[in-house]
Amino acid sequence: MSKSKPVVDLDVEAVIADMATRLKQFLKASKRSKPLIVGVHTGGVWVAHALHEALGLGEAVGELNIAFYRDDFSRIGMHPTVSPSNLPVAVEDRHLVLVDDILYSGRTVRAAMNEIFDYGRPASITLAVLIDREERDLPIRADIVGATMQLAAGEHVKLTGPQPMKLELSKVGA
Amino acid sequence: MSLALQTDSKGRLRHFLTVEGLPRSLLTEILDNAERFTGVGERAVKKVPLLRGKTVINLFFEPSTRTRTTFDLAAKRLSADVMNISIETSSAKKGESLADTLRNLEAMHTDMFVVRHQSSGAPFYIAQQVGPEVSVINGGDGRHSHPTQAMLDAFTIRRVKGGFDGLSVAIVGDIAHSRVARSEIHALRTLGVSDLRAVGPRTLVPTGIEAMGATPYYDMEEGIRGCDVIVMLRLQQERMDSALLPSAHEYFQLYGLTQQRLKLAKRDVTVMHPGPINRGIEIESAVADGSQSVILQQVTHGIAVRMAVMAMCMGNQAEAGE
Amino acid sequence: MNIRISNGRLVDPANRLDDTQDLFISNGRIVAIGRAPRGFAAQRVIDAGGCLVTPGFVDIATHLREPGQEHKGTIASETAAAVASGFTTVCCPPNTQPIIDTPAVVELIHHRAQQANSARVVPLGALTQGLAGKVLSEMAALKGMGCVGVSNAREPVTDTNVLRRAMEYATTLDLTVHIQPRDAWLGRGGCMHESPLSTRLGLPSIPAAAEAMEVARVLMLCEATGTKVHFGRISSGRALSLITEARQRGARVTADTGIAYLLMTADDIGTFDPAYHVQPPFRGEEDRTALRQGHKRGDVDALCSDHQPHNRDAKAAPFESTEPGISMLDTFVDAVEGGRARHRRPAPGRGFCHLCAGTNTWP
Repeated sequence: MSKSKPVVDLDVEAVIADMATRLKQFLKASKRSKPLIVGVHTGGVWVAHALHEALGLGEAVGELNIAFYRDDFSRIGMHPTVSPSNLPVAVEDRHLVLVDDILYSGRTVRAAMNEIFDYGRPASITLAVLIDREERDLPIRADIVGATMQLAAGEHVKLTGPQPMKLELSKVGA
Repeated sequence: MSLALQTDSKGRLRHFLTVEGLPRSLLTEILDNAERFTGVGERAVKKVPLLRGKTVINLFFEPSTRTRTTFDLAAKRLSADVMNISIETSSAKKGESLADTLRNLEAMHTDMFVVRHQSSGAPFYIAQQVGPEVSVINGGDGRHSHPTQAMLDAFTIRRVKGGFDGLSVAIVGDIAHSRVARSEIHALRTLGVSDLRAVGPRTLVPTGIEAMGATPYYDMEEGIRGCDVIVMLRLQQERMDSALLPSAHEYFQLYGLTQQRLKLAKRDVTVMHPGPINRGIEIESAVADGSQSVILQQVTHGIAVRMAVMAMCMGNQAEAGE
Repeated sequence: MNIRISNGRLVDPANRLDDTQDLFISNGRIVAIGRAPRGFAAQRVIDAGGCLVTPGFVDIATHLREPGQEHKGTIASETAAAVASGFTTVCCPPNTQPIIDTPAVVELIHHRAQQANSARVVPLGALTQGLAGKVLSEMAALKGMGCVGVSNAREPVTDTNVLRRAMEYATTLDLTVHIQPRDAWLGRGGCMHESPLSTRLGLPSIPAAAEAMEVARVLMLCEATGTKVHFGRISSGRALSLITEARQRGARVTADTGIAYLLMTADDIGTFDPAYHVQPPFRGEEDRTALRQGHKRGDVDALCSDHQPHNRDAKAAPFESTEPGISMLDTFVDAVEGGRARHRRPAPGRGFCHLCAGTNTWP
């Protein structure tokens, strides 16, 4: 069914370092101070931790598990258990940096933003993604993109990790 | 048959009617999911959109405050539309049959029924009547089963004790008329409790309790000695009227949980009660409100456990609908 | 008129016969089995291939539901079912609505049975008026109308003094008193046998002692009054042994059980299957075995259908709220013949011997 190809040749750590630099500039330019980093389970949390470290932020990384906000619940039901969402600090009036590994349809980001607003009203949300597949079902764009990638029909990319983080390509039906 | 009715072809929960027959992995999945839902109640917006657009009917043929309220809250925190129907005040009095009541409510495109009924087995009957895209959750039937209560008790025990292996658990009181006790015995045995005791006078500990996996104890002090968890059951006033007990006073003398008796259990014993409690009849206030008591935590956990069960059943409707 | 019934499986317990043979009838009487008598010319030949040919069965307990519960069954529908299953005589208990405690009700039943023109119907009259256990019914009048015995059906006569008088009065009239034993209090409100399963299912239960206790009470009076007593629908081994002991001491007592009690146990209820809701309840394996052995030994004098037809709604509810009883006539022959096809070992064909009057001698 699903055949894994060798790891995609991308230096994830270097890309994240570059993202961190641009993110810092972006936040400064847009006057978004004391940002709160929030990663989306599972890959987004790894990237979030890397960015958090690079930026040298004090507060803990927030973790979102959007399972309760997915729009495909009525089609596929409850997802197998992963750790629950954990936002250690109140999001009210804070500048959030939402981090995910792959931006594809935009549905995950939609769900993540919905969930964030159920915790409170942030001042802003900055979206940072490692990979942008440049295909979208929803009108969502990232502020910070690590790299772009265009895949053929049936191809999927996945981040494995956390140590080391690598991209893995697979093709369904190959 | 119970297992076949409750789960789909992949062994996933479709209805939640009884704990009996469900595998340990599924019970653990319920507890794990409940763990994920506990945070929802602590947020600014105590809601997740999982069941948005779904209709849940709490169909209560018997009065209940706690169970109905927590099911109500659980459904609302999952964003479902909830309707509470008390049948004692409704069509049952007009002579409508249960089957007709169900057909009418189903015609309103209900997705889930939470049922409490005075007859043992009623939720099974209802689950057989409803369409394939409707789930039924047992909110307590007769003396038979109260599976969500058992799971929230198991959840509480797991949180406090970290697990089930090697625990000694005593269930004390009116086992004979208690659906909570029956479900709890099934749940705790399946989850790995090896020393499970049913404590009470012979009038309240039914024949064949050993076959369910509980050891009968007719002496309170023997029954709770060395226990990690004591579950006290509510004693109904009717028991005195039907010659099962002489008086509440004597019951308390023999089986009431006092601080004095509590010393016979383990030092870190946990005291539980499904509520509502009768102070001075089955439990002394000092124990009910004491540091060992987790009675109020049980209530809080009840919401998360019910959310988990509702979400699991409703999520697994997908297959039935296709 | 000469009739030849050919190719049927001929079962005649009185003659220990169970074989595929032809039967020859002349002017309403059986004249030969196997080979035609000399000069026999059949005016009519009935091909009974694949059928049983038996003496007409007598059922000691058939609930016909009429009068009063015609939505469940009528004398016409149930006697038709009886005949289709080989029963030519059915005995109906008095718990109809109205109760069979006046000659008028008996007359109505006879009238309907004549109209239906299938099985013969012999009613039991009420032992006490309205089965209320207080005032004796007019047993002589009931007997005069054709009641073959008197019974209080499933209603215990709680006042032992009334029970004694009723039994004495029935004896005066040489009427057999049919008792369906059940203690008035023990297990009251119960709907299944008290067992580990009733504990697991949380269903109100009836201990086997509730039956044995009532048998013991009736036997005490029976021995004192000399009444002929028939115990119906015995479900437990203990009750049966009490009856057997009393008979050995000379009491004029007999007993039957429903065919279903030889086949089912409480465990068949499974997960609240209301099809198995019966009164008295199906009991444990030990009781079932005791009844089977009692049947084999002849301690059980008769098997009956305890036929209780129902409307659909009667069983369409949670177990406790359903009505007890099984429509049994339809499957009776299969039940006797094959036991329960899948899980039970087949009962031998001689099971029929307990259905035919006066033939309870076949080993």
